[in-house]
Amino acid sequence: MKMRRVAVVGAGMTKFVRRALETADELSWQATQMALDSCGLTLDDIDAVASGTAPDAFDGVHMNSEYLCPGSGGWNKPFIRCYVGGGTGVMAVIHGWYHVASGLFDTCLVVCEEKMSSCQPHPQGAFLTIFDHTLERPLGPNLLWIFAMEMNAYMQRYGLSHRDIALVTVKNRRNAKDHPCALLGEDITVDDVLNSEVMAWPVRRLDVSPISDGAVAIVLASDKVAHRLTDKPVWIEGVGWSLETAYWTNRDLSYPQQVEEAARMAYQMAGITEPRKQIHIAEPYDPFDYKELHHLEGLLLADKGKAPEMTALGITRRDGDLPVCPSGGLLGVGNPIAAAGLMKVAELFWQLRGEAGARQVPGNPKRGLAQAWGDLMQVGTVVILGVA
Amino acid sequence: MGLTERLRRFDEAIAWKGEIPLQNRYTMGLAGERFFREIKDNARLMATHCPQCDYTYLPPRSYCERCFAELTEWVEVPSRGTVYAYTIVHLDLDEHPLDKPRLAALIEIEGCDSLFVHCLGEVEPEEVYIGMPVEAVFQEKRQGLITDIAYFRPL
Amino acid sequence: MSEHIPSYPGTPLKERDFAEGRVLHIWWVPKADYAWDAGVAIGKFLAGLKEGRILGITCPQCHRVLVPPRMVCEHCFVPTRRWVELPGTGRVKTFSICTVRWDMERLDTPIIPAVIALDGAEAPTGGGGGFMHLLGEVEPTPEAVRIGMRVEAVWRPAAERTAAITDILYFRPIKEG
Repeated sequence: MKMRRVAVVGAGMTKFVRRALETADELSWQATQMALDSCGLTLDDIDAVASGTAPDAFDGVHMNSEYLCPGSGGWNKPFIRCYVGGGTGVMAVIHGWYHVASGLFDTCLVVCEEKMSSCQPHPQGAFLTIFDHTLERPLGPNLLWIFAMEMNAYMQRYGLSHRDIALVTVKNRRNAKDHPCALLGEDITVDDVLNSEVMAWPVRRLDVSPISDGAVAIVLASDKVAHRLTDKPVWIEGVGWSLETAYWTNRDLSYPQQVEEAARMAYQMAGITEPRKQIHIAEPYDPFDYKELHHLEGLLLADKGKAPEMTALGITRRDGDLPVCPSGGLLGVGNPIAAAGLMKVAELFWQLRGEAGARQVPGNPKRGLAQAWGDLMQVGTVVILGVA
Repeated sequence: MGLTERLRRFDEAIAWKGEIPLQNRYTMGLAGERFFREIKDNARLMATHCPQCDYTYLPPRSYCERCFAELTEWVEVPSRGTVYAYTIVHLDLDEHPLDKPRLAALIEIEGCDSLFVHCLGEVEPEEVYIGMPVEAVFQEKRQGLITDIAYFRPL
Repeated sequence: MSEHIPSYPGTPLKERDFAEGRVLHIWWVPKADYAWDAGVAIGKFLAGLKEGRILGITCPQCHRVLVPPRMVCEHCFVPTRRWVELPGTGRVKTFSICTVRWDMERLDTPIIPAVIALDGAEAPTGGGGGFMHLLGEVEPTPEAVRIGMRVEAVWRPAAERTAAITDILYFRPIKEG
């Protein structure tokens, strides 16, 4: 199959805040304009737009992506939306990728946005629909149940302690101190996490990322165009995605199988046979601290049950052998559902070009992996980026 | 088993009833904040103009969707215009008849390129026509909402 | 990124800004009432619950017993056929002890959601068919509730059942011996 090479040539993002003054389309415009400016393009140079935004219910706007269309640069252009829950931020990149890889378009904007603050009293009200209406909602669930039960299954299977897991929040919040858009960059300790209030055991308040408003945009270009625009294009070397059954109670919750499926697809496309050596930076999806670990294992970057040990040994610090979430992740920067995943891709873009400022991973990293995950813990989406 | 199975009696169908508990609180945004404050404090309509596209947006936007420029040029526009299109609404959301039909309209405000959505009042449905000149009627007490304009009436 | 960008867009607000009228805003309460069809498979499952029975359905190809039952096995993509009644016992596959409501208000008493792997629905490949429910007659502490704990369904009195998942009140630990 003949596919063109596709590069990320520009990126932009807004601050991630708890509640933004800007409307959703204004947030999109701010991020998109910044992305265009970063590579010297105007809207006329863009052939298509791939947009990602999570449930319409958060914004209370029907067909949220179409509502964001003008702010995403979509006026009078081919425009597509994807939504796979939290996986959207990386899935939108995959959509944008095949717009260009197919040869149909030379340039494509990828824009992801979320404005969760308009959902009152708590966005969880919109999330309740994730539970089956007949078999589960009558039990009075809330979203924390799913994560808490997955965390419990994971911890129990491998004999992990909460202390091992809390290290992730500590690491990511500290990393986020160097991210200019972060909501929660701060120094905390493992004890702070373990002493924070229990929400749904074993989940405590500081195990959870903050919901936020924000938008991120990147610009994709085919190889010919990319070379004209920049001398350091960041190539999309592999993409992968996979979906598990909706019957989540029938799954093995201690291991994210669909993340492995997605990772294998991406590794194969990128020609990666030894991920732990060939991936230099990982940005797995971390809405909860245990999720970073769960996903590292699903991505085959750690043995099953061993990701906490990797963290404790300092391997996943910015200056470690495999930096994980140097951006600060969702735990530190914030979690506007769709934009969070794209934030990770933007982070890799800046890291691989040596432009991440105070967050820069040393040693000239050449290849990075971003992963997002969502729906009823179902979808795994993976993108591998690399520079020459 | 076939794809379709006919139910002989509706009480054979089990349906679970429920609702989704949501309320939304919307900010007006960067442009909207000024637009609605002007309506609230000064009972006037403000639009933004894109010099590159020569396009005037009402309600105003903080960016031009055509060329993506930031819009900083604010202009006051008169609160009158003509009816571009209208419809006579007879049913409510649950399809029950309204006591009195309502008139929804798209209004071409003088000097603006985008159309303004609102309602018509002080006029019978039979009297309305496309091209009818109308003016906004502002409420006495205003809160910074679109309903601070009660309706548009014939000039 | 960081070197040449002076500042990032996005204007953060505080709750006070709304309360003190510094930010204009508008409320909207969507009218969203639903009547969800149970469907063919779940319809029969619920009818079974009303009779005090937990039903599963088997896949003729992979032989998994599927709970919650479904018309199609999603692994093999073939129609399922044979219904089986399960004994109503199982083990706790995972659980949580929840102290907050969905809007983050504190609950007076913690509740214990759990995924129950039902006896009779173990898959040959592991995993175990089962569904989510609540645990009862057990202390809501991580010491009292254990993954792997054997449990049994406790039913609502027959006259009060309505063909709902709540016809099972909860699952309680089976007292061994």
